[in-house]
Amino acid sequence: MTVDATPSEAQRIRRISPWRTFLTRPEFGSIIGAVFIFTLFWALTGFTVGKGFMSWQGFAAYIEVTAQVGILGATVSLLMIAGEFDLSVGSMVGAAGLILAMCVSTYGLPVWLGLLITFAFALAIGWINGYLVVRTGLPSFIVTLGTLYMLRGAGLALTRMATNGLTIVSGVNTSTAGDPLAWLFNGTIISIGGGDFKTELVWWIVVVLVSTWVLLRTRFGNWIFAVGGNKDASRSMGVPVSRVKILLFMATALSAAIFACIQVLSFGTADVLRGTGKEFEAIITAVIGGTLLTGGYGSALGSAFGAFVLGVTQLGIYFVPGFNSDWYAFVLGLLLLVAAMLNNWILRRASGARS
Amino acid sequence: MTVLSSSVPVLEARNVSKLFGRVLALKDVSLSVRAGEVNCLLGDNGAGKSTLIKMLSGVHRPDSGTLAMDGEPITLSSPHDAQKRGIATVFQDLAVLPLMSVSRNFFLGNEPTVGVGPLRRFDIATADRVAREQMHEIGIEVRETSQLVGTMSGGERQTLAIARAEYFGARVLILDEPTSALGVKQSAIVLRHILRARARGLAVIFITHNVQHALPVGDKFTILSHGRSAGEFKRGEVSLEQLLSLMGGGSELAELATELEQLRAAGASLDAG
Repeated sequence: MTVDATPSEAQRIRRISPWRTFLTRPEFGSIIGAVFIFTLFWALTGFTVGKGFMSWQGFAAYIEVTAQVGILGATVSLLMIAGEFDLSVGSMVGAAGLILAMCVSTYGLPVWLGLLITFAFALAIGWINGYLVVRTGLPSFIVTLGTLYMLRGAGLALTRMATNGLTIVSGVNTSTAGDPLAWLFNGTIISIGGGDFKTELVWWIVVVLVSTWVLLRTRFGNWIFAVGGNKDASRSMGVPVSRVKILLFMATALSAAIFACIQVLSFGTADVLRGTGKEFEAIITAVIGGTLLTGGYGSALGSAFGAFVLGVTQLGIYFVPGFNSDWYAFVLGLLLLVAAMLNNWILRRASGARS
Repeated sequence: MTVLSSSVPVLEARNVSKLFGRVLALKDVSLSVRAGEVNCLLGDNGAGKSTLIKMLSGVHRPDSGTLAMDGEPITLSSPHDAQKRGIATVFQDLAVLPLMSVSRNFFLGNEPTVGVGPLRRFDIATADRVAREQMHEIGIEVRETSQLVGTMSGGERQTLAIARAEYFGARVLILDEPTSALGVKQSAIVLRHILRARARGLAVIFITHNVQHALPVGDKFTILSHGRSAGEFKRGEVSLEQLLSLMGGGSELAELATELEQLRAAGASLDAG
């Protein structure tokens, strides 16, 4: 081995091309994945244009699914980058929906007050999740698994008590018809070729943009990465670790409440069991979006592509001849595995296989 | 350095003791460091080095004895308090976050911002520029400030942590075993930077159990053994062998040498037979 006079380690690093930089971005895999899945389903439906998969109606259908799971995925990504899980978002969707429905339908409160109570409730539960995690030091997986079951159980029991044995609260539409606040959650922005694009699309875009901006362009975002990377190192650098985590648990609960309001005000009913399984779909969205399960690395923007992959898969299966929705879970699991492996590979490239 | 600045210790511990339950971690230990001086704190594992530096960086409070800065007695209420007073501690394993970029690491907890209200944001342009300048200053060329710290070598990461502490106004630099996980070349990078920090007038406390690393950079050597001070020496007053034996490793090393000798003799007789 020959040794140069005084070679600095850094001089050995090659100049990095923009393309290579893109290859090491956490979103890279999800963009490729979104394009691949879209092309795959289009191919499976025979590259037809104008009807079925490749039509405005079809597009509106999977964008609806995409937007809804995407609202959860963006905030769940932030929380996962900070090194924590929130399994309670699924049952939070059910619980928040019930609260809104009971407020406006059962108790006849105005819509604005119903929304206020719903969001306040979600933020409170989010705070409790976060507080329990930072105070007990227990894994958030366990803490939020606890709140997942508690919310679901209490939701069922209390709704049955309030509605004489039913677990579904209906009649929301009659109380909210024509209400401008309700329109914010269930309004149609534009109809093209028989496909309705609704306000949930705007909610999704706003949540993704705000999450991305916070993550990449604010001090708080820097702390999110740091807390997930190494809690003790962050604390020693003066990062308010507990505050960061608690605020992020409140953000995931809030996004679950937004999801719930969209569903309740669109369908006119609330069901305790609504949102079941959404906690895992949100995690899958985040992982396909390039977020590391172990924290410290990831992207909120990537979760948007992850959500698109989910939406296209869930709805696309209906358009493929000979297939039905039974295959959805199988494909979702497969996608998760592929995404996790791809993330690993990207991470190794990004960190130069050193850490 | 002026004579004035180095006459009064920037940071000192005066006869400090610390009990953990019934275990006496430190008994009557004193240590001081002046501006432009490197004090090497030497000792075997369990000698009380960590306890002493945790006291000096505000993690633990002494049960008896006092801490002083610029000759005035002080109480450090928290690590943050110590940082505000200009005492920067770089822990070996906690130096930097490998999955974050150089500039994000450099400004962690001290991010510059622009804008007001809800538009107040992380000033990435400034962070990138300053991080690049500071890294250049310490001899590490950063081509891409978005480069993850995980791509840097162990010595460079440690150096980044030191440069960061200096940039944010540290007067006292406490380095906890900065070279213990590093190879020869990487250790040299860190040792060179310790000398640089000293030349800039920082007071440096360099904790190590590696006497070979301490000797070339130390102005002063404080030796701890079993929670007690085993002496303080100036550069040139003490040899490597003396330091080793004072650290409590001397007798063990002598024993080891005898044992190895016996093993070798046994091996030779086996070969012969």
